[in-house]
Amino acid sequence: MTGCILAFAAVLAVLGPSIAAAAEIAPPDRRSDTIAMSPALRAMQADDAANPGMLSVLDGEALWNTRAGDAARSCADCHGPAATGMRGVAARHPAWNKASGAPMDLTGRIEMCRTENQRAPPLPAESPDLLALSAYVAHQSRGMPISPPDDPGTAAARERGRRLFTARIGQLDLSCAACHDDNWGKRLAGSPIPQGHPVGYPAYRLEWQALGSLQRRLRNCMSGVRAEPYRFDAPELVDLEAYLMGRAAGLAMETPAVRP
Amino acid sequence: MAKPLTRRHALRTGAAAAAASLLVTPVLATPDERAEAIRAFAGGAEIRDGRVKLDLPPLVENGNAAPLGVEVDSPMTDADHVRRIAVFNERNPQPNVVTAAFGPRSGRASLGTRIRLATSQRITAVAEMSDGTYWSASADVIVTLAACVEG
Amino acid sequence: MARALVNVPKRAHRGEVIEVKTLIAHPMETGYRPGPSGRILPRDIISRFTCTYGGEEVFSAELHPAVSANPYLAFTLEARESGPITLTWTGDNGFRQVETALIEVA
Ligand code: HEC
Ligand code: HEC
Repeated sequence: MTGCILAFAAVLAVLGPSIAAAAEIAPPDRRSDTIAMSPALRAMQADDAANPGMLSVLDGEALWNTRAGDAARSCADCHGPAATGMRGVAARHPAWNKASGAPMDLTGRIEMCRTENQRAPPLPAESPDLLALSAYVAHQSRGMPISPPDDPGTAAARERGRRLFTARIGQLDLSCAACHDDNWGKRLAGSPIPQGHPVGYPAYRLEWQALGSLQRRLRNCMSGVRAEPYRFDAPELVDLEAYLMGRAAGLAMETPAVRP
Repeated sequence: MAKPLTRRHALRTGAAAAAASLLVTPVLATPDERAEAIRAFAGGAEIRDGRVKLDLPPLVENGNAAPLGVEVDSPMTDADHVRRIAVFNERNPQPNVVTAAFGPRSGRASLGTRIRLATSQRITAVAEMSDGTYWSASADVIVTLAACVEG
Repeated sequence: MARALVNVPKRAHRGEVIEVKTLIAHPMETGYRPGPSGRILPRDIISRFTCTYGGEEVFSAELHPAVSANPYLAFTLEARESGPITLTWTGDNGFRQVETALIEVA
């Protein structure tokens, strides 16, 4: 993709010499990347009447209350109102899932309820309905601090994710950390390199002209360095999500964020 | 979790569309076409600078949705109001963006929307008043590409 | 039916100028973009929006492909009487959606 490759060629030109061993961002310097956006985009995100991600949140609310599957139950039938039942849930995912013996992100957990509790066919990754449900559930945590669980299973996922984050990948031979730890705040073909916090997902990205998941965002960054992106729901992506949530611990959730 | 094969496909097509949205551009309108569209809107009448405030960020991070606001200085009474506001661009495939109609019941002559910008360019807003005069304002906007889209 | 988000104050004083904000889910396919097959996708846009209040059309807009996906429109009205404010979007392929918001004017 020309736009991407050009931009990343630029990053090499601009940052090449400074790409060294990554040092984590000091906790007091960690902040949501919303702050670095233009006032116009911040305003678009902040006003629920103008934030296009809210269209999906409303879709999610309707789905939450709709019976589905052979069980003919809605999410609300079991969980009650999302405002109480789902408050804070997104802020502590990915979480260890005993039944599957693996860490699971919010979308995976919703799919599990859909297939096992509603006995409905799974929703395809990045399908509007799955994004809408995820956005609606995550929206219930808006303003709450990210609070990753500290059980050993999730901790192990975080550690695997940290190793993926610092490993050089792709034809450009860059790690996630080379950009997001070492060079955040610098400009890359006009746009600032963010710290890379998962605070606002699913997020409405103008580039996509739609809402998309954190996994889609991570896959975009992998394509950016010309690495083969992991498939949706690959354990590596869930590990990266777990690491990113740990790295962003304490920052407030913003779903649905607006991103360029 | 086992997922149907269609998801990968869905994403690839999404990616292609995203790429195409900015990179595969058809023949773009020219500043001349914009001037022609503006002349057509004003029916050849003189267009003066002023009374129109065009609010557009000087630099937008993504050309798929640039917030745009137009506000026209008018009492918005039966006798003296803004009839129409039109927005024009010069580097999209078509010079027209949006044309809105107002009346005394509008209270204010104010329009907010979001526009696509194929590339950096000049945007012009023209207001048609109830007395038949035309007023305009222009703004230059620089579009930066998203750093990283899907491949 | 497309999802629409309409924001109108529930109450206003007579003579007050209120702001109406609208968002509607729609791709606003320009008619200039090639699809996955390489062929140009046919144009599919919302081309017109109207707002009626007190039985009168008080605002309208013609939209072109340069309006962003999931169109956002914000404008103002002078609150004159209680009643419905009706918003209608129409466009290609028979697209038509109507939303109503009630305002109480005191
Ligand atoms: C038949 C009942 C049932 C239905 C229907 C159901 N769930 Fe669940 N859900 C559960 C149970 C039981 C749990 C596990 C609760 C626990 O671990 O405390 C759960 C857990 C969850 C969790 C994780 C909660 C947490 O605190 O970590 C999420 C998120 C969730 N469900 C979302 C949904 C969504 C979205 C739907 C509708 C698409 C749905 N559920 C439908 C029964 C249901
Ligand atoms: C060459 C620099 C670079 C590399 C390497 C890179 N990214 Fe990014 N990343 C970016 C840029 C630039 C953005 C913002 C792009 C935009 O919005 O246009 C971004 C955005 C993000 C975001 C979204 C932040 C938000 O607030 O929405 C996350 C999360 C992220 N990256 C994670 C990663 C991960 C994980 C990796 C490694 C697999 C990675 N990135 C590799 C440059 C990079």
